Amino acid sequence: MDTKDALLIIPAYNESKAIGKIIIEIKNQLPGLDILVVDDGSSDETKKYAQQAGAMVVSLPINLGYGAALQTGYKYAQVKKYDYLLQMDADGQHEPKYLKDLLEAIKTKKADIIIGSRFLSKVKYHPSLIRRLGMIFFAKLTTSIIKQKITDPTSGFQAMNRRILNFFTDDFYPSDYPDADVIIYLHRAGFRIKEMPVVMYPASNKKSIHSGFKPLYYIFKMFLSILMIFLRKRPYKKGE
Amino acid sequence: MTLHQEIFALVASVSLLLIILGLVRKRKIKEEYSWLWILISITILTLILWYDSLLFITCLIGAETPLTTLFLFGFLFLILVNIHYSVKISKFTDQVKKISQKIGLLTKEVEDFKRNKEKDK
Repeated sequence: MDTKDALLIIPAYNESKAIGKIIIEIKNQLPGLDILVVDDGSSDETKKYAQQAGAMVVSLPINLGYGAALQTGYKYAQVKKYDYLLQMDADGQHEPKYLKDLLEAIKTKKADIIIGSRFLSKVKYHPSLIRRLGMIFFAKLTTSIIKQKITDPTSGFQAMNRRILNFFTDDFYPSDYPDADVIIYLHRAGFRIKEMPVVMYPASNKKSIHSGFKPLYYIFKMFLSILMIFLRKRPYKKGE
Repeated sequence: MTLHQEIFALVASVSLLLIILGLVRKRKIKEEYSWLWILISITILTLILWYDSLLFITCLIGAETPLTTLFLFGFLFLILVNIHYSVKISKFTDQVKKISQKIGLLTKEVEDFKRNKEKDK
């Protein structure tokens, strides 16, 4: 498969232990794929190990948060005019085997964004009870709002095309954790969203980019974001 | 309001005004962040010096005493100042994010440029 027109973005914060291994694994599976690690102000050797493994690295001078790190990657891809974009986490949660499927799907299926869903996969994923409840709740909420079945709005394992890229480099994109709100926003802007099964593992590194946030604050913020989507003017259609 | 209360309120608002003006003069506060404070002190000063206006507002909002009105106004202004700060902080957060992203991207460009130059040598 042609991978020249695609970029894989991996936001990483203090992932020096995991990052090299992941990149080498990806390089084995998709040798021609450009990989950009966005080092989100890490205090360890994330940048060094990522470069040694053969990835390009953009280093942020301060820790901006998962969403802002991703967005830095989107901005890079926009400037470098990549047609397709893949993204995955650096903590070993996402199984690199599925990158190929995601890329193929975004190129062939009629969708602007493909979200890798851990809940569509046969391999079961077991998060903590509170996380599981939150995930189910927001999946149901998203499904009922956009009237399309979404099983895993939290997933950061995604593929998208250039049109979404233009949309995601905009100011609305959250600095912390893009989630159900972004999916609803995409739907409102007229983008086509699809899900496909992927395998995810529980984070190997406890201090991963996804953990540590306070669930109550998170739920409250997500409600507020979703409410605001409907109070604001409808965004432009399809990234034009 | 008793004479005591009046003198105290007067001293407090004049001191606030002088402190703020002093800080602006020494460039410790920028003009754009001082206007709300100056507005607060001038409003309180006006209410004390022009006592009838204070009585009128007290009657209008249904407060018990003129002193309550003064406190209420002070409190409302403090809330306003805080909202003003929240707006500014949000704007700064956004600006810091954009600057940091730009620095990250530019640093990569510079590194790539240097590497290519070394290769050419």
